This record gives sequence, C-alpha cells and structure tokens, in this order.
Amino acid sequence: MRHDSLACGRASDFETRRKRLAGLSDEELKERFWELAREIVEPLVELAYTHTSPSIERSVLLRMGFSSLEAQAIVSSAEKRGLLGKGIGRVLLDYAARQKKDYLQAGRELAAGKGWDEIAGMYGGESQ
Amino acid sequence: MSGCRKCCRSDGNAERGNQYRMDPGQKIDIREILRDLANYRPRRKGWTWRNRRPGQKIGPFTYSETAEPLEQAVPLPAAKYFGGIDPQPDYVITTEIASGRFEDDIRRMRMAAWHGADHMMVIRTTGQSHIDGLLEGTPEGIGGIPITRKQLRATRKALDLIEDEVGRPINFHSYVSGVAGPEIAVLFAEEGVNGAHQDPQYNVLYRNVNMQRSFVDAAVAKKIMASCGMLQIDGAHNANATAREAWKVMPELLVQHAINCAFSEMAGMKKENIALSSVPPTAPPAPALAYDLPYAVCLRWLFSDFKIRAQQNTRYIESDTREATVTHVLNLLVSRLTSADVQSTITPDEGRNVPWHYNNIAAVETAKQTLLGLDGLREMVELKKEGPLPAKVRELAERAVLFLEEIKEKGYFNAVAEGFFVDSGEYPERKGNGIARDPNGGVAAGSIVKREPGYYAPVCHHFGLNELPGKAERPCDLIGGCTFCRPEKIVYIDELDPEDNVNRRLAEVEERCSANEIKPEVEWAGDGYITCTLFIPEKEDVAEFAALEIAAKMGLQEAEVIHKRVIHPAEGTLVELKGIVPFSIDRTALRIPEKPQILTEEEIREEVAKRPLKVVCGTVGEDEHSVGMREIIDIKHGGIEGFGIKAVYLGTSVPVEKMLDAAIEEDAHAILISTIISHADIHKKNMEKLARLAVEKGVRERFILVAGGTQVTNQLALEAGMDAGFGRGTKGIEVASFLVKRRREES
Repeated sequence: MRHDSLACGRASDFETRRKRLAGLSDEELKERFWELAREIVEPLVELAYTHTSPSIERSVLLRMGFSSLEAQAIVSSAEKRGLLGKGIGRVLLDYAARQKKDYLQAGRELAAGKGWDEIAGMYGGESQ
Repeated sequence: MSGCRKCCRSDGNAERGNQYRMDPGQKIDIREILRDLANYRPRRKGWTWRNRRPGQKIGPFTYSETAEPLEQAVPLPAAKYFGGIDPQPDYVITTEIASGRFEDDIRRMRMAAWHGADHMMVIRTTGQSHIDGLLEGTPEGIGGIPITRKQLRATRKALDLIEDEVGRPINFHSYVSGVAGPEIAVLFAEEGVNGAHQDPQYNVLYRNVNMQRSFVDAAVAKKIMASCGMLQIDGAHNANATAREAWKVMPELLVQHAINCAFSEMAGMKKENIALSSVPPTAPPAPALAYDLPYAVCLRWLFSDFKIRAQQNTRYIESDTREATVTHVLNLLVSRLTSADVQSTITPDEGRNVPWHYNNIAAVETAKQTLLGLDGLREMVELKKEGPLPAKVRELAERAVLFLEEIKEKGYFNAVAEGFFVDSGEYPERKGNGIARDPNGGVAAGSIVKREPGYYAPVCHHFGLNELPGKAERPCDLIGGCTFCRPEKIVYIDELDPEDNVNRRLAEVEERCSANEIKPEVEWAGDGYITCTLFIPEKEDVAEFAALEIAAKMGLQEAEVIHKRVIHPAEGTLVELKGIVPFSIDRTALRIPEKPQILTEEEIREEVAKRPLKVVCGTVGEDEHSVGMREIIDIKHGGIEGFGIKAVYLGTSVPVEKMLDAAIEEDAHAILISTIISHADIHKKNMEKLARLAVEKGVRERFILVAGGTQVTNQLALEAGMDAGFGRGTKGIEVASFLVKRRREES
C-alpha cells in the first residue's frame, strides 16, 4: 500500500544537502521555513475550502439548534441520497420553505425519516 | 462566599436561582452540580492567561516571574518557614485528568486548583476519536471520559464554582480530534471549553483517520475554535512519545508544528491562540540538556509569534516516581531557561497507571516548586550566543527546512504515504520505520464531498465556500440566529443509557460506602486502594513474590506490584504494591482527641517576660532516656527555654521524691517528668506517685504537674492525677503553651 521509496531507509546526506542553505542568514532561513510551511498547506486549505463531510454538516445542524441525535439521523439520510454537497442547512431550509414550516419542525420530520422523497424531487434528481 | 471578582463577568446563573457555592470545609456536592444542568450556561468563553505581576513582593521576597496570588490555596510544605506564602508562577499550569468518571475528575480538579493548577485537561475515553458523531449522557470511560454535553456542562459548572473558591479563572480543556472534530468543536464552543488539542496530523498518524477527511474537518473545527478565542494545542509531542529514539525526531517536530500552525492560521486562528505542544525529547542518563536546550531555543526562535505549551517527557518515564520527578524538574529548567506560556505536567505515576489523585497534585507541586525556585534565573544567567548551542540550533532549523523542501516537492499526502513521519532517523537520514498512511484509506475514507455551486450553511463561523442567498448581515439571520448567537437554541440531552450513567454510579458508591464510612481512594470514590512500600532483603523475583504474599497476609485484595527497584542484586529490592482494603472505617466510631489550642511564640515570650516561669524537669524512676526531655527543654530543638522559661534539669533516673523536693527548693511553678519505660505500667505508677506525694506534702496546688513519654497520653496523665500529659512527637511550644495557659487560669 505504501509507495515506499523510504521503506529501506536512507543514509544521512545532511552535509551535502545543507550546502544550499549555508548562504542564508538565520532570518532568511526562518523566512524560508515559513514560506515552505505555507506552500505545503495551501493545497490542504484549498481542499478544505471546497469540501465538506458528514461531521461538518452535522456541526451545521447543531449550530442550527438540533440535537446530536437529530443531526446524526438527518445527515445520515442526506449522505445516502448524495445531498451533502449542497449543504444540509440549505437542503433543510429549501424543504421547510417548500413545506411552509418552521425549519426546526421540518428538520425534526426529516430526522424521523419523513420528507426525503419530496427532497429528492426538489433537486430534479440531480443528486441521486 | 461571594463570587470571585475576577471571574464573574456575567453570572446569569445566579438569577436562575442556582445558589450552590463551594465551602472549603465541605466536599463537593455532586448532586448539586447535576441539578438544573439543562439551564446552565458557561460564564465566559475563550482562554485566560494568568495575571502576571513582575517585581511582586510576597512575604520577605521580591519575585520576577509570578502572577496574582490565589485567594485560597494549599502552599508548599516548606512555606511554613516563610510565613505561609504561596506565590503563583507566571505560567498557566496544566494537570491532566483521566479517571473515566467525570464526577471523580471534578473532585480532583478542585484539589489541583488549590495547589495551583489552572488548566484542567480532560482526557477522552479510548476509541472516541473513531466515533463518527457525538455521544450523550454520562457513560463511564476507559483511560478518560466519553466527552458529552452533559459531562462538559457539569464539569464547567463545577469549575466555575472552583474558580470562585480559589479566586482565579480556570481553563477547561479537551480534544477536538477524531472523525467528529467539527461537532466536538461546536460543543466545546457552546459549553465554554477554553482550550483544545486540534491537529489533523495527529488523526492521520496516530488514529489512522483518513487524511483528506482529517484536514477538511480540521479547518471547520479550527474556525469554530477561533470564534470564541479557544487556545489550540497541537499534537506534535506525540512524535516524541512514539519514536524509538525520540531525540532524533527534533527536525520533524519543527515540521509538524509548522504545518499545523500554518494551516490553523489559514483557517482563521490568531497566532496568539495557537500553542505548540513541545516536550524536551530526552531524559537522563542521556545528557538531556545538551539535546533539550538547543531544541527548545530553536523552537522558540522559529515560532516566536506563537505560544509555547511546555509539556513534560513521557517517553522515558518508568514506574519509578522519583526518576520521573527528576526528569520533569529538568524539563522545568528548560522552560525557565527559555520560555513557556503553559507549563503542562505529567504525573509521576504516568509510567504505572492512569494518574491517581495525589499524583496530579505531586506533578502540579513539582512545577510550582521548581518554577518558584528558578524565579529570576535569566536575570543572572544567559544562554551563550556562540559555541555548541547556536550551532545546534542552526543545524536543527536547517534539517527542518530540508524536510519541508522534500515534503513540498512530493506534496503532503504523498509524503505521509511514503512514511516520512515518525521515522526514527534524524532527517535527512531515514530508517524506514516511519508511520505510512494511504491517502485513500483509513477510518472514514471516501467520506468527503465536494461543495456544489449554491452550497451554504446558515450558521456563523463556518469555514469554506458558503454561498449564502440574499444579503444577510450574519449568516445565521437566515434562521433567526444560530446557537453561538442564541444559546437558548442549544438542545440539551440528559441521559440515553439507563444503566451506564452518573446517577447509577453515585447510588452504587453510596451503597458500597455510605456517608459515615471512610475508604481510602486513589481514583474513584470508595475504590479502597492503598499502596505499601517494602524493602525486602532478597533478589528481585523473590522479593516480588514475597511482597505479594505479605499483601495477602495483610488482607489486601487484588494486590499488584506497581514498582520494583533493585537496590543490590543480592542484598535487596524495593517493592511498591497496591491493593484494596476489604473494609471501611466508621466515621462515627472514631475517637479523635481534641487538639489543644496553642499560643503563638510571641504570646508565650511576652507573657513569660512579664511573669517569669520556672520548671523542674527530669526523667524519673530507673530510666536513662534523656532525648525526649532534652527536646522539650533545649533551645536548639525549639524547646521551652527558647520562650524564656527557666528549666532546672535534674537528669535521668531521678527519684520522684527528689523531683518534688527540688521544685520546692527552687520555688518552681511546674514539674515536668519524662517517663519512657512502660512495662508493668511503670509510667503510670510514676505519674500516680508524683501526684500522691505532692498531695501528701501539701504542695499539690503550688505546682503544675506535667508528664511526657512515648506511651503517655493526656487522658492517661489526667487519670493518674497529673495536670497534663504529652505523647510522642510533642513540641516544646505545646508544653510552653500549656504551662502559660494553665497559670493564667490559676491567677
């Protein structure tokens, strides 16, 4: 499973590698350190910016005023139906608006397993 | 007791009729803590530092590195020689608590707070990081508690009361890791948890959580933590604890810290809320500071804008608590020679078991004692700017930069896949024994989803793409407020499991050990554990089994050897064992002698100066013991002469008659006899004889008659006709105090 280019180890070639850093002052070395760190995490931040997860969506429901049990039930149903990419908060508010119901009441129905067919219809099957 | 002026910013709970306050003379009432939890709200959010007071005068000393003192506390044992002072070092001090029962953790937190801890770190139960969702109620944990809303809320409520008691804000801390990180972060923000570990690398390397999920979740969790000023601590220290040769991972530690710091900042955290969890990587017999100090200096230089959470070494801790303590003192020296913001502590029993109550206290006191002892050190010594220290610092930084360059080239996920991390070779050397993870494998693999166009979350502090419809001032205007803005929307669940909960446990404890029964404990109420320390003059294996046999004969249940130390291969072994005592003590049946009220030294001196006091003393009968009496008399032992009392010492084996004659001749106020030998009740007979002779000679009223000895008690002496009796361990001041008070009563 691992790519394993290092599986057999590698002797220290520090003295060779460090030559290109020798000319840097301490402050330049520190700047280089932070520049590299930021460059390394940039794609990770971008990944996080553009993605969500079941836990993230449950954290949205908690902040909207649902219990952990309700959040678990709603996100689990939404995940099965491929709806997480829309944002569970949006799905819920769209559904509540359609039903002309308070969103907390609508959410509790969804937690009880009701209304999911209707939601599937709302997004024209694109999420199936 | 009124609320602490420093902590009570908005104590809405008082209005809700919650009047329970802690009384230093009473134990915590857990049922009071549990009462009306559904309506409890934390009084503040975010981290609190100690209020530093450089140049503070405390008692006879001026300190450079202390903080505001506590209102109530237990000072160090030697404080009695310095007027009972209890200076508090400037660093926040952490204690880690992991009993598995929050109701017992709370009691320990109170004890720790009285000894100077203001950062309570609650360890989570084994396996919680793999639970995809939140837990509720108060189930029992293993090696920590299951983090739930109820446990957090009860603990925070107790800590609010404890801070009122000690007069200092207390930071509550746990872990935002695992596959439910964003939810845990919401929970922590709602419930007033002040600090948390959050480091996606920890999930990946040590918990085998899928790396994509881990980083995606982490950004959301971090932004939530940032929203309420929580202090974040990273997870780099785990590499110290895991690598085979921990000092060789120093370059990697710098890299791990940097990755989490840079990622956290980009997720919205302020640098001042990001703390590096840093552990001195070695311990004696290694020349520890030769490694630990350059590393500490390098870390503080590269991460100068961030906070330092100085943790203590666990990697090389064995069952020897003395050895652990010395290593930890060296760690504290590194903190004082460099810097720290949070000084965390590892209990000296970490190498044996889940920490016990008094070992948390021991660790906190080790930190307090050492930090105070090193106060102002850097005003007298400074680290060298040339020589091996800066050379090593530079080398470490270069190794870290080279490490980062290689990760940059490969990409972080590929580097992890190749086993780049936690390899025991000192980078760039690689031993091929690092922890390798599959970017598409691990727990919760394949669970992240791309946010589609139109994705939104109608809540505050949500990281990432959020295409909210319309123009709302706050995202949560769409729903009339989220729980961060309107905490009354939080849904509180009390219990889900009718069997595994705090009420059931409290009832069981009460059944096993009622309010009038006393049982020793180390971890849980009524657990009954005691330890015994034995030196057995046998070799190690013989000693171990002999010790267990001794425990069995003592009636200890579930006895276990917790520490062995060869003192000499043949001459003997030190053994420590633990076991459960199969009984409890009835509180109501205890006969506790009342402690006499002792006058102060000044009071006694003053009174004796005004009205001189003379005593005749000696060891009576055929008894050559002189030590006890000399300790009561001699000025250098704190004896009665030190208070100006004139003592006429007649020596040992003095006939009782002679004591009385001398007292008459000297016109003394009191006769002090020492009577040590007690076979055939000779000590009683001596006391009775003195009293009888005094009556016969018609001088009983003239003299205060006092007896002392190892087998003498006040009760026994009174029964024998004396005015007072003093037993083993009596100090001169107690006798002097009695004499002065008795004479006052007579005049």
